[in-house]
This record gives sequence, structure tokens and C-alpha cells, in this order.
Amino acid sequence: MATATITKSPTKKSGGRFGVYGGRYVPETLMAALDELEQHYEKAKRDRSFQRRLDELLRTYAGRPTPLFFAQRLTKKLGGATIYLKREDLLHTGAHKINNCLGQVLLVERMGKHRVIAETGAGQHGVATATVCALMGFECVVYMGTEDMRRQELNVFRMRLLGAEVRGVDSGSRTLKDAINEAMRDWVTNVRTTHYLLGSVLGAHPYPTMVRDFHKVTGREARAQILRAEGKLPKVIIACVGGGSNSIGIFHEFIKDKKVQLVGVEAGGRGERLGDHAARFSGGSPGVLQGTYSYVLQDEAGQISATHSVSAGLDYPSIGPEHAWLKDTGRAEYVSASDKEALQACTALARTEGIIPALESAHAVAEVIKRAPKMKKSDVVIVNVSGRGDKDMGILRENLKLD
Amino acid sequence: MPLRFQRHPSLVAYLTCGDPDLSTTRDIALAAIESGADVIELGVPFSDPVADGPVIQRASERALRHGTSLLQVLGLAKEIRQRSQAGLIIFTYLNPILRMGIPRFSAAAKDAGVDGALITDLPVEESHDYLAEMQKRSLATVFLAAPTSTDARLKQIAQASSGFVYAVSRTGVTGPRQQMPEEAPKLVARLRRYTDLPVAVGFGISTSAQFKAVGKFADAAVVGSMIVETIERNPGKEAESVAQFVKQLSVVGRLS
Repeated sequence: MATATITKSPTKKSGGRFGVYGGRYVPETLMAALDELEQHYEKAKRDRSFQRRLDELLRTYAGRPTPLFFAQRLTKKLGGATIYLKREDLLHTGAHKINNCLGQVLLVERMGKHRVIAETGAGQHGVATATVCALMGFECVVYMGTEDMRRQELNVFRMRLLGAEVRGVDSGSRTLKDAINEAMRDWVTNVRTTHYLLGSVLGAHPYPTMVRDFHKVTGREARAQILRAEGKLPKVIIACVGGGSNSIGIFHEFIKDKKVQLVGVEAGGRGERLGDHAARFSGGSPGVLQGTYSYVLQDEAGQISATHSVSAGLDYPSIGPEHAWLKDTGRAEYVSASDKEALQACTALARTEGIIPALESAHAVAEVIKRAPKMKKSDVVIVNVSGRGDKDMGILRENLKLD
Repeated sequence: MPLRFQRHPSLVAYLTCGDPDLSTTRDIALAAIESGADVIELGVPFSDPVADGPVIQRASERALRHGTSLLQVLGLAKEIRQRSQAGLIIFTYLNPILRMGIPRFSAAAKDAGVDGALITDLPVEESHDYLAEMQKRSLATVFLAAPTSTDARLKQIAQASSGFVYAVSRTGVTGPRQQMPEEAPKLVARLRRYTDLPVAVGFGISTSAQFKAVGKFADAAVVGSMIVETIERNPGKEAESVAQFVKQLSVVGRLS
């Protein structure tokens, strides 16, 4: 791995750090808005009525708690570890993204802003944002790369049906990274009236911490559920990692349980060459992209590389800074699954359990398929099924040729 | 090399380096200086220019297509320095500098004869190591001040800045605008409470009238996108076209 001469700590006194990673690298115009957001969030965190309202929406609107399902046939088929699936795919809007959107939209209300912008890759975060904006009566603009609009066209329609404006982004690779650039440009322009509802544990402080906190509910539930079902903690937890929100959400509650192995699965794409994958930890090095210091896929001159993945939600050249820290400290392990493995895993889960995972989540399923046969029956594994595959029917049809 | 702001208002001209190619950028810079620019901002093209509007985004894409790098921009600065005593500032996003290493960057910048740098996405809070390295070599550190900056932030920005302070005229990305925003004079007045450094106003200044208006309340105006657009519109005669534009700005727009 090519590691350039990067100073150990690019900062000494700013907040929002995970080891050396994180921070706040944005144009000055946004600094006051980030301060404001941080203050409102810190206050809301300590406010019981905020938490009560959020909990109620999560329960009565989003559909929490989500089940922890014992995947009996998959367990038997793989012949090793006992496998459980955390069913975030059953949430309203079809993925874990709604957890964070409900939290942030309540903050928007407290800040007295009325316009919400968001970026989206696979469209799941865009749909969740459009949904909570409809729920609250806020104006909503979603930026989406035109390449992603093409491959997730059903979600584009869903956002429009929900009353959101979807703005196509035609620059760069026309995927998630470029959608974030455009959302940041909108935010820099309309910062006084607009909240940027960032959809992953990325970006400048306080986003990586705040978004993680809103997703921690997944791990909290999973921990209680597995203790009830098995009377012990799992040996391994597996989740896919794009920006890293669903994975940090399920990992976080288990970080203190040192014996629980945390495994993040990145997009291996179609090969190891730079530009053919989104495996930041095997192919990247520390750098700053879109507000945060973390691992980044980049060239020798510090230009950000193109990425590829069959799943739009994992197709991003950087990774949440807390994951960078979990990786460096060895607390979590990061592997990758190729496009092909993810597509196979998607079919496998559909046919053994009757569950069609999103292509993102299928990367996590691919890892359990590799890993479970080498484990004992008494070893428990939880796989986070972060989203459902309905949105991917177009891509699945193209690739699986079942017609 | 001190940054001089003797004319009023002084003109800071921004160029996206490597658009259309490095030797043309050198010719454009020298022509702009000859025609009345006091400081040249040498823009390092970056793959993800979040603070820039469409004009500079397009220029960056063109420059990156043939691999323009920070190292090459420093080489270009050295060439310009051999022929001119005008102020030279490296204008960049942070990641190319991190990739090179901050100590190596400041050494190379000093060696090239550059006067200082401005990093768009590096707020004061995150600038500790960078400030230390730049100060060690007496290189200016220019920071951005925005209309949304609180007084407490303006004070920090003023303290961390050297050479000059760059006041962002409005919330938004770079690019020409019809009107001079009302926020700019207020921001400059607020900044003056914390610093005696020259203040340059930028973002959206494209006409001699706007240039002249800035002269009434600030020391210098930064003109960027309009120059970059002039380059885009005049393939093959970039330097002459920019020279003509700069001449017109400074003849009509300068008070003295």
C-alpha cells in the first residue's frame, strides 16, 4: 500500500476525532452551520422529550424493533456456524437509512429550518429523506448521480412520488461522491435556510458521530435479541460497509465486548485495479475527502480515484472515519466481496430463506457464506441485512438472466 | 517576497493551472501581471472541488485530464518567479498537500519562490501543523472569512492569517454574479476590527464596476471564474484575451 508522508495528526484541537481520523475539513462558510448543528444535537441528546419522540417514531412509523431471525436453512446448508439475520430490510422505506433520517429531521424542526437537501447513491437514503420530509412537511431536494439514477430508477420515481425534487448530477463518475459534492455546493449557497441531511457516517464533525448515534439502535436491539435467543453473545457480526452507517450501527453496541469479532465487507467490484472496486482499506490510504480525514482511494498526487461496484450504495472512495480507527486499532476487520460473489449471495439468500437482500447487504451475506462453513455450530454469527432488494430488480434481471 | 497591495484596489487573479496546459498557464500569468494583476493565485485542480461553481469545475476537469499535479504547479510557480516579482499564492484543496506531506509542501513552496498558500477546505481549527510548517519558512497563510463566520471565528481567522485575509463576498460557490452582494462591505468592516492585514474580497466579481465597488471598502478584489471563462472561450489566444480583460478591469476599475 502506498502511504504518503502524511502528518500523524492533521489537527491538535478540533472535535469529532476517532484517533487521528475525522475532524472538520470544509469551506469556512459551512463552519457556523456545523457548530449550530452540533449544539442542537448535543442539546437534543440530553433532552428526554426529543428521545421519546424519536423512539415513538421509530416504533410506530419505521417499524422498530426489527426481528432477529434464525436462518435455519442457510445455517444447515453452510454446515458450520449458527446464523442469524438482523432484519433492517423490514423497516419502512426498505433499509436502515430511516433511523438516521427520523433523528435528523427532528433536529431540522428544532433548528427552525424548512428546506432539506440530501445525497443518495442507491437511492435508499434519498427515499428515506423524501419520506421524513413528507412526514414533516419540509421541502426536499435530493442529489443523485445520473449513473445511479439509471441503475436505481425505481427509487428515483419513489422520491418524486413522495414530493421530493431529484436533481441529477452529471459530473465526475456520476455516482455517490459526485452527488455529495453537489449537495455540499447547495448547502454552501443556502446554508442559512437549509439542513444537509447527510446519509452516512461521513463528512465533517458532527455527522459521523451523530449519524452513528441514530443507528446505534440496531446493535442495541441485536444484542438483547441474541442474548434472549442464544443466551450468549455472537462470535462474529458481519455488515457491509459503504460509508459505513449500517455497520457502525450494529457494531457499536458490541465494541466493548472484546470477544465479538466485527467484520465489515467492502465492495470488491470487478477486480483489484484502482477504479475497479471500492475497497478503501486494501487499496486506499489516509486523506481528506468531503469534510473528513479517513482512508481514501486516491492516486499519487492526491486526486480521488473512480470506484466501481455493482451496488450503488457501496460505490464510494472513502469510508467513515470511525471505521478507519476501528481498522487501525484492530478492533474490526475489513474484507471485501466481489460483484459476482454479491450477486450469488443474493440468489442464495433468496432461495434458502425467502429473503431478497439489497445488493449492498448481499456483500455481507457473501462473507458469511465464505466464513460459516469453517466455524462450529456453537459459534453464532449475526449478519446485518441492512436493506431489501426490491430496488435492485433491474440490475438483478440484467445480471442473473432468469427470464 | 512580500505580498504588495499598493494599487487600489489591487487585483488578485485566479488561474486553474494546467488549463489548457502548464506552459499556457505560465504565459497567462505573466500576461496578467503585465496588464495589472498584483497577485496570482495558482489554483491546483482537484477531482472534487466542492467550493467551486461550474466554470472552475470544468477547468479542473480539463487540467486533470492530462494529469496536472501540485508538484507541477510548484514547478510552474518557480518558472513564473524567475520572470516576475508579483505575489504568488498556491490555491488548493487540502488532499493534494496531505498526500505530498505538509513539510515537503512548504519546503517546495519556499524553494519555488511562492509567497504563501490558501487551502479552501482547511478551517483554522484544523490548521495547527500547517501553520507551524508555513511559519517556519515565513510563508503566508491566507484563510477565508465568510459572511456566516461569527465574530469569534473572524478573530481566529485574523490571527491565523498572514499576507492578507480573503473575505468571501457571499454564501455560495465560486462563479460570476450580476450584483455585488450587500454582505461583503459588512464582512470586511467586521474583519477590520481584528486585523490590520490587507483584505481581499472574492467570489462573484467579474466586471470593472464590481471591481471598482470593492475598492471602496477593501484593499483588493479576487477575480477568478471570469478569467477562467475567458481562457475557456478563447482557445489559442488565452494570454492575449486575459491580458485584455485584466487591462480593462484595472483601467476602468482602479481609483488611482
